[in-house]
Amino acid sequence: MSAEGAARVPLPYLQAASAALQDAQQRRNLATATTTIRAKRAAVTEEMPDWEALRAAGAAIKAHTLANLAHYLERLEASVTAAGGRVHWARDAAEANALVRDLVRATGAREVIKVKSMTTDEIGLNRALAEDGVRAIETDLAELIVQLAGEAPSHILVPAIHKNRAEIRALFVRAFGLAPEALSDDPAELAGAARRYLRERFLDTGIAVSGANFAVAETGSVCVVESEGNGRMCTTLPHTLISVMGIEKVLPRWRDLEVFLQLLPRSSTAERMNPYTSVWTGVHEGDGPRAFHLILLDNGRSRTLADEVGRETLRCIRCSACLNVCPVYERVGGHAYGSVYPGPIGAILNPQLRDEPRDEALPYASTLCGACFEVCPVAIDIPRILVELRHRTVERKRERSPLPVPSAEDAAMQLAAGVFSNHRRYEAAQRMARWGQLPFVRQGALRSLPGPLAGWSVVRDLRPLPRQTFREWWRTRTAAERATSADTGGGDDA
Amino acid sequence: MPDLPSSGAPRVARVPQRVAVFVPCYVDTLFPEAAQAVVVVLERLGVEVAFPRAQTCCGQMHVNTGYQREALAMVRTFVRAFADAEAVVAPSASCVALVRDHYAHLAARSGDAALERAVADVVPRVRELSEFLVDDLGIEDVGASFPHAVTFHPTCHSVRMLHVGDRPRRLLRQVRGLRLMELPRSDQCCGFGGTFAVKNADTSAAMLADKVADVIGSRAEVLVAADNSCLMHIGGGLSRQRTGVRTMHLAEVLASTEGAGA
Ligand code: SF4
Repeated sequence: MSAEGAARVPLPYLQAASAALQDAQQRRNLATATTTIRAKRAAVTEEMPDWEALRAAGAAIKAHTLANLAHYLERLEASVTAAGGRVHWARDAAEANALVRDLVRATGAREVIKVKSMTTDEIGLNRALAEDGVRAIETDLAELIVQLAGEAPSHILVPAIHKNRAEIRALFVRAFGLAPEALSDDPAELAGAARRYLRERFLDTGIAVSGANFAVAETGSVCVVESEGNGRMCTTLPHTLISVMGIEKVLPRWRDLEVFLQLLPRSSTAERMNPYTSVWTGVHEGDGPRAFHLILLDNGRSRTLADEVGRETLRCIRCSACLNVCPVYERVGGHAYGSVYPGPIGAILNPQLRDEPRDEALPYASTLCGACFEVCPVAIDIPRILVELRHRTVERKRERSPLPVPSAEDAAMQLAAGVFSNHRRYEAAQRMARWGQLPFVRQGALRSLPGPLAGWSVVRDLRPLPRQTFREWWRTRTAAERATSADTGGGDDA
Repeated sequence: MPDLPSSGAPRVARVPQRVAVFVPCYVDTLFPEAAQAVVVVLERLGVEVAFPRAQTCCGQMHVNTGYQREALAMVRTFVRAFADAEAVVAPSASCVALVRDHYAHLAARSGDAALERAVADVVPRVRELSEFLVDDLGIEDVGASFPHAVTFHPTCHSVRMLHVGDRPRRLLRQVRGLRLMELPRSDQCCGFGGTFAVKNADTSAAMLADKVADVIGSRAEVLVAADNSCLMHIGGGLSRQRTGVRTMHLAEVLASTEGAGA
């Protein structure tokens, strides 16, 4: 399958975003999908009288857990082991993949079925398994669609949000070898075709791989929430179950699930309750998998945790509410972010987890409109973290630069700061700007600007600077008042 | 430009207060009429207005683009300029949000304890215009008249950072003759975002196109907002597309009185 054939090198964010903006069909698909889900989410959260209290509880539980993460992870390990499971620790993607590959190899399986999981996408597990000739079959409908299309998911929860029904029908006809007239683009029929294909896989595959939405330190229970029931099949039918989980997903107590099982479905699918919540604890004689492995993945998380401002990012429960409300995500789609984590959460998570140069553009891919923070069920202050990451990007670029001279932007910002640090310099700059604009004024407006400002004038006019600044007006006014009255009391114009 | 205080406007009997206005750099330089309108409205309501000349810029562009170190100079300028002000009133939600949300940690990071104290002292006195009018003065009817079809863009920073809620609308509803038209999808960001408009020019343009379409859909003659930065962006698009829709700052509408052709 081409999706697993090779690691794609994604375009840099800005290029990818510009290309995506040209794709009118995708823009329509995304606008329709996000508008619908936004309204639904708003409805099912507004109906909750204690929604803000739930959010606060979610944030507090996560913050507490993260502050005591080592403790809760060790407890989780002890509980899982006591229940007959095995816990493995993986520092990074390579270690996690090697662990899964060894476990699969030991069973001799050629295929594994998968529950939709961001974490296994993060580590590129399907690709790693393909190197051993093992085929990973996605069983979530949307994941299956993007897998069959040889693409990458473009949304955390609705991986095929960029595709419409007609496109999916064409894909199934090809992939399942159906006669074109045998399948319409009716959603029920499309789901039926996928179901028939998947049922066979569930029945003859002995090994399943999942992620985890939550794991309870107290009991050693692992939890996956989903809508289709495919996850339930994967976690109950095969003889071996391997779950790969980021270390930040642990919760202290069983009762903490009460908070998150309300926050998550309402924020993500806008359901009051998701159709399937699977919770399993170790292994049980004659019921479910005979072997259970839990792989605890770091992959940049402990570094993020060490960061005072950034650590809040690890509260994320991957609900995707922030994607759905993000005006930038709505326009550019998920692929532009070059990661399994797109949208606002991707813009703060990728630069911290991966630390790759290409991610430096991501914190700037936001107007700081705050829509993400407003909906986030664990109250992650995404705009604040974006601003912080921008600061770090600037500092890092300075350190990295081999030349003693700053970049053009850096130089301009330093110059501006110098101007703004003193009102006399600032007033002189205002006068200079009024002269400087003259060559660019056409028919009473600035219609084409030079240099880095050219991007502005492609679609917008700018009015020319007026003859008088406010402060000049104020001074004339105050002077006039002084002239008419001996005592104006306006001694502020020092 | 609105006229100077109209004698016809009702005088609100209140204890006059003394406030300093903060006129953000882009308002001072590009949109002086908005700041003049702030002065007009406040004085009409019996508030004594001062303009400390030492003020320059709050540092929003620097902070939001990642130049925190440089922004510190502006934090210092700001707190020095307004050290003695009873209240600081600014016609820009995004600048007020910057001051409120970022000054404390910028000062803390600088390691300058005196600056930290100065920030803690000044910041609680900073108000966005509609906050000052509705909360501090307790006034919704400022005695304005503006017989036009107006639609209001609630800017992201005023709604989501400052939580001004419907204060601007409450002020607009009391303006004589003003017809408030509904702006479809008004909660959607216009796509300005400061340097975002230049750094992510294509995305910003796509968002602008949708906002311009919604403004046209509102059938208003005038688009009003409480922040000139978003207005500069949306107004630039409205002008380029020759839509004929004008943009005005909230303060300009509130400053307009009968007979004053705005
Ligand atoms: S950052 Fe918040 S809103 Fe976004 S996916 Fe994570 S939990 Fe959901």
